[in-house]
Amino acid sequence: MKTKTTTTLLLATLFLPLSSFATPRDDLLEQYATAAKSASPAFSGFSAARGEKLHVTKFAGGKADTPACTSCHADSPRSAGRTPAGKSIEAVAVSVTPTRYTDPAKVEKWFKRNCNDVLGRECTPLEKGDWLSFVISQ
Amino acid sequence: MKAIALKIPFRPIVLGLVVLFFSGILLERAQAGGGYYYPPVADPVVREECGGCHLAFPASMLPKRSWTRMMGDLKNHFGDDASLDAATTERIARYLDANAADSGGQRYGGKLIRGVSLEKAPLRITELPKWVREHREITSAEWKAKEVGSKANCVACHTDAERGYYDE
Repeated sequence: MKTKTTTTLLLATLFLPLSSFATPRDDLLEQYATAAKSASPAFSGFSAARGEKLHVTKFAGGKADTPACTSCHADSPRSAGRTPAGKSIEAVAVSVTPTRYTDPAKVEKWFKRNCNDVLGRECTPLEKGDWLSFVISQ
Repeated sequence: MKAIALKIPFRPIVLGLVVLFFSGILLERAQAGGGYYYPPVADPVVREECGGCHLAFPASMLPKRSWTRMMGDLKNHFGDDASLDAATTERIARYLDANAADSGGQRYGGKLIRGVSLEKAPLRITELPKWVREHREITSAEWKAKEVGSKANCVACHTDAERGYYDE
């Protein structure tokens, strides 16, 4: 009987993080929201639609061979992309690649590199939150 | 008693030896993995950071001095800013140095950097004399093919490159 209780408790502990704590993705979104709010008091939440627009828009400020996110990531967020060096990139959509955006440092690293390549500047917290909301929704 | 004339069957023996000789050559090649083996990157951090945009090229494809030069200027990494934090940079640099083509025991790496002047620290594997020679039959149309796209895209042709085998 005691073993059973212990097992149940152990199992419960295992599933606890899934149910009651925020995932790394939620944490990231919250961080971006806080930063977006302090940048503009009018901030009223992220928009997946704005994120999608950011994802497909061609910009002129970055590198000539990567005007848009879709230059390397595929046109569809659910398809695999390809780097200029030929390496395959896992689809950006969370539904296709569930392991994505769970390491905040990695997310920040790639936002920094990719925004510089595409836009010629770092992305704002609003842009990051919008884009993240878009790929989470996909 | 009549002496038994030993009739040596020369023809089959010679034929057999010839067959054995060629099998030997084939076997040696097969054991060498068809010819070219460069151990893939073993360090997970190096694999992750160097394999983000391109295949994590084996350390044994360039000499130490090349890796030192490359790791010293990640901000200008073939036109990309690939800079990393100091600790990660240091870890990668150490791994590359320990496993470089001239680190000893690198059978194919040692051959690959033959003909490279000691005063030079080439950054592109594709500019090593041996690399150029080995790929001289590839036409520019083949390089430009959609599936290839870049000379850094080893796996387009060397399908087993991720595991370290660079056969034809």
